[in-house]
Order: sequence, then C-alpha cells, then structure tokens
Amino acid sequence: MMYDFFLDLFGNEILAAIVTGVTPLLFILLFVLFAVWLERKVSAHMQDRLGPMRTGWHGWLQTIADLLKLIQKEDISASANDKPLFNLAPILVFAGSYAAFAAIPFSSYFIGSNLDLGIFFIIGISGLVVAGILMAGWASNNKYSLLGAMRAAAQIISYEIPTILVVLTVVMITRTLNLHTLSEMQTGYIWNWMIFGGPGTGLEKFLLIPLMFIGFLVIYTSTLAEVNRTPFDIPEAESELVSGYHTEYSGMKFAMFFLAEYANMYAVSAIVSALFLGGYQSPIGYLGNLIGVSWLVPIEQFFWFTAKGAFFVFVQMWLRWTLPRLRVDQLMALCWKYLIPIAFVNLIIVGLITVL
Amino acid sequence: MREYFSNIWTSLATIAIGMKVTFKHMFVPAVTIQYPDVRPELPERERNRLYVNMDDCIGCDQCSRACPVSCIEIETVKGLPTDDIGKTSNGKKKALWVTKFNIDFAKCCYCQLCVFPCPTECIYMTDVYEFSEFERKSLVYDFVTLTPEEREQKKLNYQKYEAEKAAEKAAVKKPVTPPVTEVKPKIENPPSTETQGENKVS
Repeated sequence: MMYDFFLDLFGNEILAAIVTGVTPLLFILLFVLFAVWLERKVSAHMQDRLGPMRTGWHGWLQTIADLLKLIQKEDISASANDKPLFNLAPILVFAGSYAAFAAIPFSSYFIGSNLDLGIFFIIGISGLVVAGILMAGWASNNKYSLLGAMRAAAQIISYEIPTILVVLTVVMITRTLNLHTLSEMQTGYIWNWMIFGGPGTGLEKFLLIPLMFIGFLVIYTSTLAEVNRTPFDIPEAESELVSGYHTEYSGMKFAMFFLAEYANMYAVSAIVSALFLGGYQSPIGYLGNLIGVSWLVPIEQFFWFTAKGAFFVFVQMWLRWTLPRLRVDQLMALCWKYLIPIAFVNLIIVGLITVL
Repeated sequence: MREYFSNIWTSLATIAIGMKVTFKHMFVPAVTIQYPDVRPELPERERNRLYVNMDDCIGCDQCSRACPVSCIEIETVKGLPTDDIGKTSNGKKKALWVTKFNIDFAKCCYCQLCVFPCPTECIYMTDVYEFSEFERKSLVYDFVTLTPEEREQKKLNYQKYEAEKAAEKAAVKKPVTPPVTEVKPKIENPPSTETQGENKVS
C-alpha cells in the first residue's frame, strides 16, 4: 500500500509514515480549495450570477485569498467560553473527518491503511465528528450554537442508521468490509459495479439491480444528511441559527470547521462511490493496460476515484441550490418513516437473495 | 399504504424536476454586469453631476434661485464699460464678472431644476456619477475661470469705478471745473476667457 511504496522509496520507516500521513492532508487541502471555489461558482451560475471573477481566471484564486484573510484574523474567544473544550472541538471535528481518509482507497496502490474493517472503521471514526460538534456547541456558551449542535447530533445519529443498513446490504453481497477488496471485486467494466448488481452473474445479478438502485438512493440521501448539507442543513441553518455550532468561532478555528465540512463531503462521496460505483475502477478499461504501461494504471484509478467523488460533491451542491431546507419534524419523518423502513426491507430482500 | 408510496414517488419526481430547472440555469448567461470593467448604459436623460460652462454664463443667478436646497452660490461684480467680458454662444453680451460660482454636490439633490431656467443653457447634467470624496468640503466645486487674484481685482476695480463716479457726480454739482485726470479706470488684469473647465477648490 501507500506506506510500503514510500518505505521502498525512502528506506526510512519514520519518514515513510509521516509522508503517508501527510499525503491525504495535502489531498484534502487541494480538494477544499477547489470545492469551495466550485461551490461558489455552481451556486452563482445556478442563480444566473457570475460568482467570484476578480482573483485569477474566473476567480480560481479566491479560496486562497480567503484563506490568507482567515489566517490574519484575530482568534476571538468570549470570556464565558469553556476554553479547553472550545479549543479542542475544531481539532476533534477535523481529526474525525481526516481519520476517515486513512481507509479510503484512492487507487489500488494509494490507500493510507488497508484495513480489513475498512468501512466499519470509517463509520466508527466519523462518530468523533459528532462529539466535536457537541463540544463546539456546548463550549461556545451561545444558545444558537447549542441549538445547532443538538440538532447536528440528533441528525447525524439518526441518519447513521439507514447508512449502516445500506452498507450492510452491500457487505452481505460482497462478504467483506475491506474497501480495497470491495473495489477489486467491482473490476472490469461498468456492469460489474455494485449499483448494477455487482460481479455476480445470472438471475441473482438482475434481481439485485433495482434493489441496489434503491440502496444507492437511500445511502446518498442519508450521507447528505450526515454531512449537514442542504436540504438537511438545519444544524447550520443560516436564517435561523446564524451558522449553528461554529457561530462563535473565528479565524483558523473557523477554517478548520470549514475544512472538516468539505473533507466530510468528499469522504461520504468517496464511500458512496466505493460501495456502489466501483470505487477507483474505471468504467471503460485502462489506457495503461491497453498500451502496456503498468505504472499508468494506479494514476488512472486515482483520476477515476477523484472524478467520481468530485461528481457526487457537485451533485450535493446542485441539490443545495434546488431544494429548500427541511423542518425538524420533516427531517425525522424522512429518516424514521421512509429511509429506515426502505433500507430495512431492502436488507432483508438482499439477504434472502444472497442466501438462496 | 398507497399514500406512502405516492409520497415517495412525488418527492423523487419533484426533486428531479427541480434539479432539471437548476441545471438549465447553469447555462443561462449571467445577468451580472461586471461594474468597474463594464458600465451599464445609462438612460439618455440621466441626472448626475452638474457642469457649468463659464464661457456662456452671464451670472443671472436664476439657477441659484431655482435650487430647492440652495447648493449653488453665485456672486457677481458689474463689469466696467471698458471691460470686454465676451459674448455668450447665443450672441448675448455679458455684463457681469462672475467672481463666485460654487456648487456643493454634498447638498445637491440632482433634481435638474437649475438646468431649465438658464437662459444660455450653460448649466447642464453630465454622465459623471463617480466622484466620491473623503472630505465633505471636497465636494464643493468651483466653476469660476478667474484666478482668486483676478476676482479680487475685479471687485476692487468696480469699487474704484463707483467711487470715481460718485466723485465725478459731486464734482459736476460743484461750480468748480472737475479735474480732468483719472477719468479712465485702470484695468490691471485683462479678463482671461481662454481658461475653461471647472476649477475645483482643493
């Protein structure tokens, strides 16, 4: 994996470990720089505006300018804040979303850690984000922050259930939690992806196709709610709660929440694409295999994985400017009355198919 | 049960419709005007900063009297019979030296009421609308083309002329023959009408 690759390259275990740890951070930073710009451009063009236009070509340097501004800002913390928790919360939130990147398979060679419990680890470590958000809301000593944090915690915890149920249906078919193996199973062409029934053949595959489509819709909706994006952005709801749990934060601490939010957006998109859309597998075969250059294949895989993730991030932005925010009761009704029963029935039917 | 599935179906269908609308709008040309680079075309009769063409101004004070906020200040001095103040573009002979023509754009309400009474059409609206200043007093524009020294000179000349006239009258009343000397007032600074444009008070 990535660690072995760098160990071969440097011949030093410590250096290899550090570089392995920093590479996903570099990826997150670059992705966030791109995603924030994309979000602003997408939202602007969907509203017939232009968005940032003055820094670089079509404002592509805008995020860097914003980051420079955020670094210069004073780090304000109110006197009534719970200081240790207040300072710890952004780190915890970012650590939670960063740790998830350890098990995400960017390509067959670039995985931070090839865990056998890959998807389980990601779901478990994401729980840190909830703790961090609750800490931020509580330590801010601000009613809006606390309301936002409570809503975020309630929402993330209830939407974990349909997510996990759908993950379970996929795991029942593939019989593995390892994301690397899971992606390798979907190799070949586009019809081997899990959304098209997976690598199986015969009647079983055709029976699985509609169920996998339903599962895909459920997991996409619930992960959208888990990362607090519109239409499920009630924890941040600008028009009601200022900006939820990070109202009281400024400067780099605010930037860390921001970074964590966008890193989470990519992480859930990556999980969805790894589970359903073949992970890093190309839909049309590899150029490297065609012309016999084997080192090109991992780079192509990395491209496909990033492209799939970026596409789902784009769809998240697209939905944001299409749908209005849900009410709390609507949010809970969607989760408990629609997503969970559907995911559960889906799970049982898929279980029966795989057993028979 | 039927309602349950129809709910799911309507939500999915309406989301799809909404997404189609927003996707279409991605390719609609933006309505934004990139202001400092691209300026919107203003209507023909827009009302912005005033300009006074002092070559044509006869100092009639009508604009100042029409002004509802009294932002125009005009002071004039009568020209001496020997002065050549010049003619306006519509052929009127000017009779007054305009020694003060200040417009305070901080007060101006851009109503254009000063433009209509002007007999020579020398005060009019331009298309300049970006003239913000850091100091409020910088918005007082001085349109007089004479230098401050010239203005003082004109006033002095007229006072001298009046005094002489009074002296002449007094002399005529007296039986004694009046002194012949110094009938002509001296013009030290001939009027300069070449300088045009607004002179801003700094």
